[in-house]
Amino acid sequence: MRRTYHLIALIFVLALVNLDASAQCKGFAKKICKLELIPYIHDGNYHAAILTEGEEAELYKTFYSGQSYRLVVCGSDALPDIEFKVIDAYKNVLYDNTQHSLERVWDFEVEASQQLKIMVRVPTSNTQSEYPISGCVAIMFGFKDTTK
Amino acid sequence: MTKRNVTVASHLILGLLVVVTAFSCKGGTQKSNQDVAISDFVTEDDIFDDIDKAKKIFYSLPSPLETAMLIKSAGAEYDEELLNSLDHVSQYTTNKAMALNLGIYTTDLSFASLFDQTQASINYMTAARTMAEGLDISDAIDNQTMERLESNLQKRDVVMDIISETFLNSSSYLKENERQDVAAIVLVGGWIEGLYLATKLVGTSDIKNNKLVDRILEQKLSFNIVQRMLEDNKQKATGETNEDIVEMIAQLQQLKKSFDKVVVETTESQSVAGEAGGVTTIKSKTTVTVTPEDFREIQNVVDQLRTSFIQ
Repeated sequence: MRRTYHLIALIFVLALVNLDASAQCKGFAKKICKLELIPYIHDGNYHAAILTEGEEAELYKTFYSGQSYRLVVCGSDALPDIEFKVIDAYKNVLYDNTQHSLERVWDFEVEASQQLKIMVRVPTSNTQSEYPISGCVAIMFGFKDTTK
Repeated sequence: MTKRNVTVASHLILGLLVVVTAFSCKGGTQKSNQDVAISDFVTEDDIFDDIDKAKKIFYSLPSPLETAMLIKSAGAEYDEELLNSLDHVSQYTTNKAMALNLGIYTTDLSFASLFDQTQASINYMTAARTMAEGLDISDAIDNQTMERLESNLQKRDVVMDIISETFLNSSSYLKENERQDVAAIVLVGGWIEGLYLATKLVGTSDIKNNKLVDRILEQKLSFNIVQRMLEDNKQKATGETNEDIVEMIAQLQQLKKSFDKVVVETTESQSVAGEAGGVTTIKSKTTVTVTPEDFREIQNVVDQLRTSFIQ
């Protein structure tokens, strides 16, 4: 019975940690990630989630010709550096940050409007830990004012 | 341990596991079964072909600010008559109307500010604030935001930053409070307003070699995302069906039929890195085909849809 209660308590604590982490995600995206978009203008959209090492997320977005974009993918301090790839509809990998020292920022422009997929992965951490590490991962976009 | 205790404990564990799993798996989407077309081009659906193992799927629509930027950069002129009337503010009392018009007023605000319309920017920020307050989004647009806007009206970069921040505040607040469904309605409202402004600004002009027309037709790509985002949010966090979203999906059916007549084809892309790690250019070609009649139909359908949203 004692073991069962310990198990229940552990699961309950994990659920609370998850809730708290979710609230912190908003602050992390706004106060830390967004700064990396400068001098680009943040589009105002919010894409952030709590991910655990080994987990993946995907984002689908249309990018428009003639616009210059900055993509920022960042993870909270607890997480190892986040991996991401940008893929077109033909499954061509247009950018892979594992080939660029796990950079968090990528600046690009598209010649023709098209949909792209951003694949994000939290790599498995090298640190020894009893439980898998979780943290906030945010994907943010900025663009340039092309109308000045 | 008695058998009864074991049962109670098992139920508790199961319940908590469900809670943990719900936090962990929200937003998961099943793989699309669509076949990939074998041709030199892919269509707007093919990018979704591999939705499978990711824990979280995000669908990103152009935000009100990006929408306004796309319209202006296509050569549009400012016409205040097209914006949603500020007199309508008090008539939006349901969650759906307030969410839709938070998106609509934010697009109008973005449009006005890009054309340096200072008084309209203040007025539309106030209208957006009223919608946000009605939706109980407490900290999206506060007195400090209004003061900051008023003292920086001549600095467009700062104004755009303020608009971006208020939209981020609203959408993050809604998403972190298990109201992703409302956030989706706000985004769709803003997107439809952009489409409305653009289609009205084209008016009866020739559609050939018209950059604004191209921008409108390219929205077929984002319409695909609209549909998926709404489908994903048909169920509230509580498990109930969101009738507002079900109704919106039905309302958008005519626009789907009209966009189905537009052919958007994209060639394979090639990534060309900029010098010294600068801006990368993604080279490809997109072909958009539509008849003048079908374009006029899109204009009419968008007009009807937007009218129903602002009523």
